[in-house]
Amino acid sequence: MVLYGLLTVALAFASGLAIAADEKADQKPAASSVPAGLGSTRVDFVRDVAPIFAEHCTTCHGSDAQQGGLRLDARKSVFGGGLTGPAVIAGSADKSLLLHRIRGEGGLDRMPLDDDPLSQDEIDRIEAWIEQGADWPQSFGSTAESVRSHWAYLKPVRPPIPSVRNHERLRTAIDAFIQARMEDKGLTFSPEASKEQLLRRVTLDLTGLPPTLNEIDAFWADDSPAAYEAVVDRLLASPAYGERWATPWLDAARYTDSNGYQRDGRRVYWAYRDWVIRALNADMPFDRFTVEQIAGDLLPNPTVEQLVATGFHRGTMANVEAGTDPHEERVLAVIDRVNTTASVWLGTTLECAQCHNHKYDPFSQTDYYRFFAFFNNTDTEIEVVGGEGSKREMVGPKIAIPETAEQQRRRDELKQSIDRLTEQQKTLPAKSNGDSKLELELKALREEYADAVMPTSLVMKELAEPRMTHVLKRGDFLRPGAPVQPGTPTVLHPLSADGAPNRAALAQWLIDGDNPLVARVTVNRHWAELFGRGLVTTIEDFGTRGQRPSHPELLDWLATEFIRQGWSIKTLHRLIVTSTVYRQSSRVTAALLEADRTNAYYTRAPRRRLTAEHIRDNALAVAGLLSGKMHGPPVFPMQPDGIWYHAGVANNVWTTSSGEDLYRRGLYIYWRRTVPYPSLVTFDAPSREVCSVQRSYSTTPLQALTLLNDPVYFEAAAALAARMMTEPKASVSLDDRIAYGFRLATSRKPTAAEREILANRFLQEKRRFQESPEKLTALLATHPSPNGADKLQYAGWICVANVLLNLDESIVKN
Amino acid sequence: MNGLTQQLIRAVNRREFLRSESVGIGAIALASLLDDDLLTAGTKRVDSANGMQARVPEFAAAAKHVIYLHMVGAPSQLDLFDYKPVLQKHNGEPCPKDLIAGERFAFLKGDPNLMGTWCRFAKHGQSGQEISELLPHIAQMSDEIAVVRSMNTEEFNHGPAQVFMMTGFGRQGRPCLGSWVSYGLGSESHDLPAFVVLVTGQTPGAGTSLWGSGFLPPIYQGVRFRAQGAPVLYAANPPGIDEQTRGGIVDDIRRLNEIQLAESGDPEIAARIAAYELAFRMQSSLPGLMQTAGEPKHVLEMYGARPGEASFANNCLLARRLVERGVRFVQLYDDGWDHHNRINHELPDKCREVDRPIAALLRDLKQRGLLDETLVIFGGEFGRTPMLQGEADDRAGRDHHKHAFTMWLAGGGIKPGISLGKTDDLGYHVVEDPVHVNDLHATILHLLGRDHRKLTYRFQGRDYRLTDVGGNIVDKLLI
Repeated sequence: MVLYGLLTVALAFASGLAIAADEKADQKPAASSVPAGLGSTRVDFVRDVAPIFAEHCTTCHGSDAQQGGLRLDARKSVFGGGLTGPAVIAGSADKSLLLHRIRGEGGLDRMPLDDDPLSQDEIDRIEAWIEQGADWPQSFGSTAESVRSHWAYLKPVRPPIPSVRNHERLRTAIDAFIQARMEDKGLTFSPEASKEQLLRRVTLDLTGLPPTLNEIDAFWADDSPAAYEAVVDRLLASPAYGERWATPWLDAARYTDSNGYQRDGRRVYWAYRDWVIRALNADMPFDRFTVEQIAGDLLPNPTVEQLVATGFHRGTMANVEAGTDPHEERVLAVIDRVNTTASVWLGTTLECAQCHNHKYDPFSQTDYYRFFAFFNNTDTEIEVVGGEGSKREMVGPKIAIPETAEQQRRRDELKQSIDRLTEQQKTLPAKSNGDSKLELELKALREEYADAVMPTSLVMKELAEPRMTHVLKRGDFLRPGAPVQPGTPTVLHPLSADGAPNRAALAQWLIDGDNPLVARVTVNRHWAELFGRGLVTTIEDFGTRGQRPSHPELLDWLATEFIRQGWSIKTLHRLIVTSTVYRQSSRVTAALLEADRTNAYYTRAPRRRLTAEHIRDNALAVAGLLSGKMHGPPVFPMQPDGIWYHAGVANNVWTTSSGEDLYRRGLYIYWRRTVPYPSLVTFDAPSREVCSVQRSYSTTPLQALTLLNDPVYFEAAAALAARMMTEPKASVSLDDRIAYGFRLATSRKPTAAEREILANRFLQEKRRFQESPEKLTALLATHPSPNGADKLQYAGWICVANVLLNLDESIVKN
Repeated sequence: MNGLTQQLIRAVNRREFLRSESVGIGAIALASLLDDDLLTAGTKRVDSANGMQARVPEFAAAAKHVIYLHMVGAPSQLDLFDYKPVLQKHNGEPCPKDLIAGERFAFLKGDPNLMGTWCRFAKHGQSGQEISELLPHIAQMSDEIAVVRSMNTEEFNHGPAQVFMMTGFGRQGRPCLGSWVSYGLGSESHDLPAFVVLVTGQTPGAGTSLWGSGFLPPIYQGVRFRAQGAPVLYAANPPGIDEQTRGGIVDDIRRLNEIQLAESGDPEIAARIAAYELAFRMQSSLPGLMQTAGEPKHVLEMYGARPGEASFANNCLLARRLVERGVRFVQLYDDGWDHHNRINHELPDKCREVDRPIAALLRDLKQRGLLDETLVIFGGEFGRTPMLQGEADDRAGRDHHKHAFTMWLAGGGIKPGISLGKTDDLGYHVVEDPVHVNDLHATILHLLGRDHRKLTYRFQGRDYRLTDVGGNIVDKLLI
């Protein structure tokens, strides 16, 4: 039962009132004031009332959460008052806020919020208890006096680096924090990972690609003490770094190439995706990265890039189904911007306060709409076209992107193709209904041409006159309540009083040195991306219902270090990946499972499957097919026919790319919200309909089928087979060819036992293809053998390569 | 090799799989070896075998399977199930103003006129259920079904209403009914997914999130079987790779993964080995499943199914075959029920496509003794207005209506041959026994042996449930 209301009331509200309550406790109540039904029966608090609190109230007003600053399991809190004063005035039910709230009187939400009301009998019992003097035995319940602020809302203070007994394994401050906890538990680090393992791990982590054989050899040969650090610096400087780290950020930004919902038409702002890649590669400080995305348009004389950066918040879905209300859609987009900002920067589930005060965290509904007001000054982004009841279109501000030479070349190429097909079309029968292959192709080309002629990108644009914001009752845009001004949650540090309270001010507030959340939430997200679990495991929730940090001092040290290093993400990554914690072996032993079952103490390195996009990138790289081309419009690699055929607007068709665009990295694949690329979805890519800050890592049979049979992966197997046949010298043995392919896929040499399994497969399949020439013909029809290569051998190697690309080891970093 | 690794390897050894066939894939020894917190530590890791272990319901369940028939676009209850003589009498007259004051519609504006039905209704069977002439076959099954004329929802646009009907929430991102059921009850199939989706025509507007698992682990999402060709993406081997070669390759993957499991000790590898084994079994079982041509001629005729064709009739037949093979939840979508105009032509056309196969499905399930344990649900995402949309002639249609519509349920613990709920004389509002979407969900979970208030999943610090903060079991529907 939350005593919500004015959160501006000081937290340590007059505890003196408790005395008044205690004094009254001895007074005998007048019999007439006891509610009917209970007569003069004496209500016993412990027997009759405390169980009601325990059943209905203490989830939110108890030891775990203290909504409104109230604990109904603690005597002093009940009589001393939460944020809005004492809950109970002994002897006076009428004056007791508690009773008003459980009855739903006085215009405030009825408690318990969003749950069944108390029964009349329960209310009567509480009333009688209060009227009879609210006797609460001193010894009963919690002795808590006041509510402490939640740790995450207090600014982190840089802790000293702990001293540890054994210094041998220490490399970084991180190691000292981790080892200090280990020593308390009698645990130690695992041994160092092998050089091959370590190189593979750090290369996959920093670039999303496997190390090449040359890189493995070079690292193996480099005995200098700083050999590993040199590799780390090389990887941080690689353009592939930005592509790898863009993926989690684009999940958070719910970046896609479509509008979502029923019609799910195209939307063009891939320039924003490229901006993210470039910003990460340039190691743009995270504070600037924040400001440009939240409010780049409000900077003085913004550059094209700074405007493109505001595309972050143009990722909201847009329902252009006929019958939708553009104003409602606008409000929904603003809500999404609020929730996304809170989730990404504040690790806060602010959306819970959309319809009512947050149940667990100290955010009121007013806080929510004050935050909402920052984003409420944009125009509608859906337009009704051609009169009532008909089509709607996604509109809204966009800017032109200056064209590169490459784009110009592509544009000319498209123009020529269109002209050629248009000529061909003239030869078609006149009554064609427009869905022949040629016509569809032409249509797609024309669309791409339209995009290519004028590359544009969606941006944020402030209205000239700020719009008045109201609290929306129950979150309903048709039920505006009290007007509110833009503002930040009361429980956190104040917004600067200088300048207009707009998105620019909000961005400054986010990166303010006093912000207790942004640096912690950010370093935690990066930690989780590298270690598979956050120091706070609930990455999306740093509130009272989230998990407390496993290593609070380390989290605060990292957060303050991050700021001290100028918000540099590359510096943060370098710090983490050069630590002993990161460089341990990932081997799990029975003893380790016994001592540290969930690896909460970091007694071993994580072993985790690659992210969806990187499974693709890795396979293409191993096969030697991967294109290094960066940036530009989204691409359309092979996908099964008919995936899009039945979905959404008719003019959104999948036209398979050609040339190297078939083999681009996963993050360039056209992302359609209602039908994302199938193999990415199978490996747990989110739909990106809304912000997501953590992916799942499932293991399913559909993944197995994808890696075994998806033409993209089978083509990779064929290409890997060709590499195994053609790249080693002609004279090398069967075993050496197997070792070559095995090493490409796993970054290590196979053992004799492993080699033998694969050699047998090769020989057996070769023999089978020899016995069934029709199988060989079918295989080679789709995957012709390389020039001069023996066809039977090639078929055998394809089977071996198919095994290699499906190994657990090939799709995990270990 | 330590003892744990040996146990893991033994657990995923193929021979053990084959032995455990009768109890389903979830029952492999792996599940008892690995507890949840290990598999979900920190990140949301879930392995297919453990997460899909068949679970015992909290209380005796009437239903074990669900077949949910969703007519995408929303069929008109007023022309199919909810006959309104008074509406008929006032056909063509303006709609009472106080009824629509302050109401929002997708298309209707101003002062719309009332529209009665052009269809004849008759009472059918011993139950005397009143059903339109457009559904003659379903009418014959009226003693098997419970018709709920008092459904209501909160959304009146297709996308949000479809998501609301499937997830109990009007925006995308929450787990759907089928996912909750898979999460709550696991799988009973040895070689098929727990939750299968069959779509006839276009994908519904709200897209794949209708069978998405939201914040539940992705193993609980629906697997969409494609109408033609291979039902599961990539279930077919590439050209030139036959079952023998595929078997050899999968064998090697297992053996090499076992070596790696022994080396690294990572239990996730055991899960991956299990996933490959199930994938291989699915590859073998799917072609047989899709071979509807082997059904007796009279069965094919009963459904009106032509093998190989992408049709609703085929999907109904397939639904029965899936349930027979232990699939927990089969979701059918049929596109094309959004009759804003020409309703008197288009609605009869759609009814002809689904009436016969649906009746056949009920009859077939009953004949095989499967209806008792299979809950069949029929409905749309909302209803249609008693007011006419468009021109008052051959082109007339009905707009979206959220306040009152009809669904029916059958089998799986549903009281057969009853009618529940009443709407007012114009069919505008529910006046008796209202059933909210949350109530429907609570009832479905109850029939499957799960308490909707206790089937929760913790996400962002909150215990979420399908029915959010609502939902009352509709006792009157239960046997």
